[in-house]
Amino acid sequence: MKGRLLRFLPLLVLLAFVGAVAWRLGKPAEEQIPSQMVGQPVPAFALAPAIPGKPGLSSASLADGRPRLINVFASWCVPCIAEAPLLVELKQQGVAIDAIAVRDRPDDVAAFIARHGDPFARIGSDPESRVQLALGSSGVPESFIVDGRGVIRYQHMGPIEPDDLPTIMREWEEAR
Amino acid sequence: MIAEAGLAALWLAAALAALQLALSCGLGGEQGRSIQTIRAVALAQGLLTLIAFGALIAVFLNSDMSVLLVAENSHSQKPWMYKFAGAWGNHEGSMLLWVTVLALAGAVVALFERRLDERTLGATLGAQAALALGFFAFLLFASNPFERLDPAPIDGRGLNPLLQDPGLAFHPPTLYLGYVGLSVAFSFAVGGLLRANVGPAIARAMRPWVLAAWVLLTLGITAGSYWAYYELGWGGWWFWDPVENASLMPWLAATALLHSVNVLAARGGLRAWTMMLALVAFSMSMVGTFLVRSGILTSVHAFAVDPTRGTFILALLALYIGAALTLFALRVAKVKEGAPFEIVSREAGLVANNLLLSVILGIVFLGTLYPLIAEAVSGEKLSVGPPYFNSVASPLALGLAALMMIAPQLRWRRDALPLLPRFAPGVLVASAVLAGSFILTPGIGLLPRLGLAIGAGLLPASLLPLFGRSLKRTPLAVWGMAMAHFGVAVAILGMASDSAFTKERLVAARPGETIEIGPWLIEFRNVMPVAGPNWTAIEGELRASKGTGVTVLKPQSRYFPSPPTTTNEAAIKTSWNGQLYAVLGEQDEQGRWQLRLWWKPFVTLIWLGGILIGLGGALALIGRLVRERRQRIRGEEAFA
Repeated sequence: MKGRLLRFLPLLVLLAFVGAVAWRLGKPAEEQIPSQMVGQPVPAFALAPAIPGKPGLSSASLADGRPRLINVFASWCVPCIAEAPLLVELKQQGVAIDAIAVRDRPDDVAAFIARHGDPFARIGSDPESRVQLALGSSGVPESFIVDGRGVIRYQHMGPIEPDDLPTIMREWEEAR
Repeated sequence: MIAEAGLAALWLAAALAALQLALSCGLGGEQGRSIQTIRAVALAQGLLTLIAFGALIAVFLNSDMSVLLVAENSHSQKPWMYKFAGAWGNHEGSMLLWVTVLALAGAVVALFERRLDERTLGATLGAQAALALGFFAFLLFASNPFERLDPAPIDGRGLNPLLQDPGLAFHPPTLYLGYVGLSVAFSFAVGGLLRANVGPAIARAMRPWVLAAWVLLTLGITAGSYWAYYELGWGGWWFWDPVENASLMPWLAATALLHSVNVLAARGGLRAWTMMLALVAFSMSMVGTFLVRSGILTSVHAFAVDPTRGTFILALLALYIGAALTLFALRVAKVKEGAPFEIVSREAGLVANNLLLSVILGIVFLGTLYPLIAEAVSGEKLSVGPPYFNSVASPLALGLAALMMIAPQLRWRRDALPLLPRFAPGVLVASAVLAGSFILTPGIGLLPRLGLAIGAGLLPASLLPLFGRSLKRTPLAVWGMAMAHFGVAVAILGMASDSAFTKERLVAARPGETIEIGPWLIEFRNVMPVAGPNWTAIEGELRASKGTGVTVLKPQSRYFPSPPTTTNEAAIKTSWNGQLYAVLGEQDEQGRWQLRLWWKPFVTLIWLGGILIGLGGALALIGRLVRERRQRIRGEEAFA
């Protein structure tokens, strides 16, 4: 009897494996790992202007009592193009937006905002992704809402899509 | 046009696989069941699949951007070799490669297998056709490699730059060939169980396939390990990453099978166990492929993640392995008992080998899937890291190596001769090294210390089976075994030396500064921009010296614009006693560059050992094939 059961043991292991894996496959994958920096003050940084004629971005200037949306983007990033009009729309709704241009060149950034709209008050240049990584951002585009005391309140990964606007506006209101 | 021809060939091949399955189930009557018909069908199926694969290579070499797969994975500016390799550096292409090899292996079995009776061979080819059919369906319905893109883009996206490396161009196909070799062993086991014909004949038919698969897996894993070592720039050679484990698990099962199949072929023993291992070895290949392709476990190997495809492979896996294991459970009672053996015998040694390998396999399997299980049970997210694998698997592997000093010298069935003289050389060397290590390097860890001792002892012990016999008349298979075991000793020495003696330094340095590591003095000269065919990079210049002579090291940080990715190209200087390994990092605000330096004494022995193991297997394979051919010719003469 024991021998008979033992024969089916490999089959049982397989069933357990298939069961566990099927359960995992059915669950939507959590591909997003939120930044550990949410709830923390912005790390200290000072970025040079990404284009002539527009100021750069520093952590010191963020704790000025007014909230900000910081958009991490790059001219070479295709999803950034897709989200550009929505950033313009957010600005029209009163959201103050700064940007960090990652691994980019001044000419390319200038061409990008000329073509896809310029909702940015300031753009800092982050040629080696150093500030991007310090913020806990793993890709472009990403957006952070920073409150008036310079604390990161919300992180949005990937391009902002029309469905995301209500959430972003709600977080924005809470950060005020 | 070429793409459509390839797709048509694929459909035809799939139809032939269905026909082959039907014929071997007896649907074509006795004539259809005749082995000649099945042979012809298997051959045609293999050739058609080869044509489909050739078509894929052609569209990649022509940079035909109207084919979706080419547009997504290739780039017209890419060197031709990577266009070529790009054909399988992606999901669809690699699955087509898999099916091509599977179908070709089926054709080779159909054409050349003469040891088995026709019914068992027919059942084996039926099983092989069933496997192929599932993968054809997967390709045609869920991963069509020839899908068109309209309008065609001007240029493609390029291959993941990490994969743009000569080593990696041939790493996946090598592993695939290995996996598919195991599929043949699987089919033989299914055929044997179906016909209730499990005996030495099945083992002899299976053995060359197992050996070939094992050689390829060994070389594939060795190459993959070296690739990770120099391309990822982390200075390590094995990370217990799920995808690495996915290739290690079939290797462990194949290693066990390789040993037990010899017991079955030579002594008729371990019948049911060998069949089980044959099923498990290919199951592990499928589980590995599933883990890699479904992206269910996160890993450094970024493959496209697609739940539909994951579900499809999972369904195939459940169907094939489930059917095979059910067949095993139902038929195992009909499998005859093998010849008996005593506790001190070659058989017992091989049983111990199999038990240890199976336990290691179980440990790796559990560790790889544990995060999944934990999340299912408690919702907790966690990862199982190298500490678990190292602390649990390494002692067992060392036990296996210790066994290797002794078991190959035992006789079949019963060994009553005095044991001591045969074990003395290995044990003496191991004890001497152990004692010496306490005096010379008291500070190293227990496992590296044991590794050094056992590795050193195994060096002479692995060659003992060659002693006391006429070397000219020693079969190649014995030479191969000695060489492979010697390779294990070499690899263990490399691993132990790497973990015991590696020196690592992470420094922030300005050009002009000098850094000391191990026996080396390294002068950091400068950092310059350089450009390649489809990348730009910053390159550091380091001048390393051990007193006399200077070696220049040029580590790079490469930037690939399409798709935008940065890779670290480590600079490695190999000398007879180790490797100096340098990685250039980023520049900080004060203008200092991050430099990571390692001095790794005798680390190259790891891969040298891997190559020796693989070559030993290849030698044994050649020996077996030549010997069988000779016997067959003699047999035919005897009949004439």
